[in-house]
Amino acid sequence: MKDQGKYQALTYFQLMEVSLRELLVEKGLVTEQQVADAVEDMRKRTPERGARVVAHAWTHHEYKARLLENGTRACEELGLDVPALKLVVVENKPQVHNVIVCTLCSCYPRMLLGIPPDWYKSRNYRSRMVREPRAVLAEFGLKIPRQTRIRVHDSTADMRYLVLPMRPAGTRGWSEERLAALVTRDSMIGVALAKQPRSK
Amino acid sequence: MAEPRFGPGDTVRVMKAYPLGHVRTPYYIRGHTGVIERVCGSFPNPEELAQMRDGLPAQPLYRVRFMQKEVWPDYRGTAADVVEIEIYQHWLEPA
Repeated sequence: MKDQGKYQALTYFQLMEVSLRELLVEKGLVTEQQVADAVEDMRKRTPERGARVVAHAWTHHEYKARLLENGTRACEELGLDVPALKLVVVENKPQVHNVIVCTLCSCYPRMLLGIPPDWYKSRNYRSRMVREPRAVLAEFGLKIPRQTRIRVHDSTADMRYLVLPMRPAGTRGWSEERLAALVTRDSMIGVALAKQPRSK
Repeated sequence: MAEPRFGPGDTVRVMKAYPLGHVRTPYYIRGHTGVIERVCGSFPNPEELAQMRDGLPAQPLYRVRFMQKEVWPDYRGTAADVVEIEIYQHWLEPA
């Protein structure tokens, strides 16, 4: 790598990570390759997995019922292995809007959505989403009508949550693949709606 | 495994306790009353796991639904808005 001429010291946590990793390798508990593979595995998980589940639920009523009943098992049906993840899927409807937060840390359905966005881990989002969800959603550009109930899910323990967004109008007869492209990460956290077909 | 004491629809109060250590019951909900939304199964107690113990007997875990207006007296949303939180049985008492 070309010398940029600017030395940037490691942060406290970066230094701790490097020290711990090197120590684990030195002691023969893990190999550098295993660490690299784990990082690669984590990077491969993207919100497209969650979008596949949502699109399948939109097009199969019985599958949707099974997904809401037992999210973990329904994901396994699609070949998505979700180990150590008890998935609770919550459905958005005109009269109910669901949104996910973890006030204690940053619990997130990584197996389906990948690495959480930075704002999800921010103190601002975590403390305010339970306190004033309508104001926070409005900051995301989402105005929830007052006749719609808001259900905030604080992911505090062993469950993980996925929002099943509402299927946009004007998508009748669409294939699962085409529908999946409308399902964004944010719509599965509950801070956005699925994309409208014409807004692509 | 500890026997589940509550079922869906039961009214429960979260204990107003402030133990030290790793606790998965958010501070803001302690002392509040809600209704069991579902029973999630039983899981090793995270407060014990954090102390490198086995966390057994496993504690039943519940999703409890609270009315936002009850949790935050100055809540600005609507009376129907709710917050749902996972809480372990040893933090709950009948209300």
